[in-house]
Amino acid sequence: MSNAEATLPPASMPAGKHHYRTCPRSGLQFERQAERLMLANAVAAVVFLLIGGILAIGIVLTRWPAVHWLEAHTFYQVLTAHGLDMLVFWIIFFEVAVLYFCSSTLLRCRIATPKIAWLAFALMVIGAIVNNVAVYQGGSSVMMTSYVPMMAAPSFYLGLILFAVGALIAVFVFFGTLVVARRDRTYQGSVPLVTFGAITAAIIAVFTIASGAAILIPTWLLSINLIEAVDPLIYRTIWWAFGHSSQQINVAAHISIWYLVAAVVFGARPMSERVSRGAFLLYILFLQLASAHHLLADPGMSTEWKVVNTSYFMYFAVLASMIHGLTIPGAMEVAQRQKGYTRGLFEWLRKAPWGNPVFSGVFISLVGFGFLGGISGVMMGTEQLNMIIHNTIYVPGHFHATVVVGTTLSFMALTYYLIPTLFRREMINPGLARIQPYLFGLSMYFFCLVMMGAGTLGVARRHWDMAFSGAAHAYEWPGAAYLMMGMVGIGGIAAIVGGAIYIYITVGSLLWGKRLESGNQSHAPTPIPPTAPAAVVQNYGSLGFAAPGTFVLAMVFLVAFVLYYFVNWKYLSTVWGLS
Amino acid sequence: MSAILPPSERLWWKHPLDRVEGTWIAIAFVWCLIMFFMMVFWHIYGKQNLSTETYKTTPEAFAEKAQAMVDKYTVRTETDMQTPVVAPPAGSDVYMLARLWAFWPILELEKGQTYRLHLTAMDYNHGFSLQPNNINIQMVPGYEHVVTVTPNQSGTYSVVCNEFCGLGHHMMVGRIYVNDGEQVDVER
Repeated sequence: MSNAEATLPPASMPAGKHHYRTCPRSGLQFERQAERLMLANAVAAVVFLLIGGILAIGIVLTRWPAVHWLEAHTFYQVLTAHGLDMLVFWIIFFEVAVLYFCSSTLLRCRIATPKIAWLAFALMVIGAIVNNVAVYQGGSSVMMTSYVPMMAAPSFYLGLILFAVGALIAVFVFFGTLVVARRDRTYQGSVPLVTFGAITAAIIAVFTIASGAAILIPTWLLSINLIEAVDPLIYRTIWWAFGHSSQQINVAAHISIWYLVAAVVFGARPMSERVSRGAFLLYILFLQLASAHHLLADPGMSTEWKVVNTSYFMYFAVLASMIHGLTIPGAMEVAQRQKGYTRGLFEWLRKAPWGNPVFSGVFISLVGFGFLGGISGVMMGTEQLNMIIHNTIYVPGHFHATVVVGTTLSFMALTYYLIPTLFRREMINPGLARIQPYLFGLSMYFFCLVMMGAGTLGVARRHWDMAFSGAAHAYEWPGAAYLMMGMVGIGGIAAIVGGAIYIYITVGSLLWGKRLESGNQSHAPTPIPPTAPAAVVQNYGSLGFAAPGTFVLAMVFLVAFVLYYFVNWKYLSTVWGLS
Repeated sequence: MSAILPPSERLWWKHPLDRVEGTWIAIAFVWCLIMFFMMVFWHIYGKQNLSTETYKTTPEAFAEKAQAMVDKYTVRTETDMQTPVVAPPAGSDVYMLARLWAFWPILELEKGQTYRLHLTAMDYNHGFSLQPNNINIQMVPGYEHVVTVTPNQSGTYSVVCNEFCGLGHHMMVGRIYVNDGEQVDVER
């Protein structure tokens, strides 16, 4: 793509015109407003990751029985803030940046209504701060779930509502940007698969935020005494349509990032657009039903309701995740084999760039999300098996595998890609970056496993003292539970160190990293040239078994899944009869 | 040519599937169906299914019913809070309420007998976590959940609250005793 006006000085640009640059390192085209918005949202995200990470120290050092550091009231306060800062603020700020990237950057167009996008950002920042302040003032240690009738300060809910409104506006800016790209014809045919995944995330986000509003607004009105009561069971039902669905935004977003990284690291192309997009479509149709997982141990809902919803209507969303889990490494394998790494089943994997944190982060994320997060999620979401898991520390073990290993680690890997491209900085300390995904990812694996182990023994989540000091009746957990909670402490501290290294590298690169050149500038977007179907890649698909190594790995996964599934049924069959 | 560019074929949905993908989708789908029908199967043949029998209630109404049971079947009291230990007849309706920060009363059941256990929370949400058995049921204020339980082993069980309910949450431990069928009214 030659660009005649590339070297024009910015001064000659008429006011209000758009500015585009093409990154010389990645070939990506960034529009200036979109770029600034992505930067602002990503930086806000990292700030909340930092706060949430500091809070995590208090949690793991309190749940580590030998340390038992914080007082009860501080512990619950810190736990509330940690949940909100990580699950809501860090992740959604970053997701807004990802949405802008997947629309404006990948489709090479300007961002729609940048001023409104800044308004969204401002609302999100104000909301996040108001909510955090409410928690630190005390009086709002109600956990992230804030189940009524336990009430927080009105500003706690107000902060969340402001944040949600901001996020919803940002999602609509994303949709608007898709319209801009279509109208300006910056691409031809269908949107890229990664953008399709982002659209999935955005559609889920609209449903999620609407549910959040539907329950948090009445609860806020209750907190300022404008309404009389909010039914506790209705609260739980609707809150989880927000609380669980927000994690489904993450799934759609981080799986899009996996496809993106497969594309930029390997030049991999989806094995089949039809299959991958079909799997995203299954998410749109069925993933939301998963909020039923949280209500399986509740009174009120019928068995049929529980079975149909908890299984995402016959596990169609699990099917979708199992498809992505095959097609992403499968696409990497095909790309590697085309480069000549064809020996045996696994040469393609051995010769993968394990020293590149963009790849290693995503691969550790993918494997951990599937084996630890995915399998444990299905266990908890099985109607009857839920009874031996509900509200034990198995639950945080599961969601740290999905949200930390899955989402957070993917976002970290993507950040390493964005530092030279979006941030235009040379990464400081690449040696440290090389080990970061291993330290963070593998210590989180360990952390999740021992948490699930302790949960299998019954240890409660959100619980300050497993020794029950001061209780009228004594209960002593088995020694193994104490041992595993100690290991939760050790694994947690190791993961926090890994997280700190990520923040150091990201913030350090932004502040002190060598500036890199911006690349060619222009006033008009350079449309994506239509790609002629290449004969070489065209024909796999009909060739036969294009990714045998990945297939073997998938079968290993399936065997682990089936065995663990029936082990849990066996365990269930030994408990009291219930009917 | 990659996931970050528009599909190179305009009619991408006509692209044939690789056999790796097709085979995996078929296997995964069968597994999904097995998991789905396993839940249904367990409802028919399994012995651990959570009842959905639920009534709206109020703390006063529930406390009254629990008090009636306590008045009738208390065998002794325990702890300095004089918590009644109630031994209701097999097959009867038994009540356990959760409040800040205790489960009340203590139940004494018999192994192999079936009871209709009524659960509710009087103030905030609480969690009924039977240990070391590890059965976990949510207790929601305003709702009376009737769970049919059949203890399959004798011994001393603890009920741990596993839903956060405030500063005294960790002190909230209740008791259920399960006696062997033959020796009724053992001295403790």
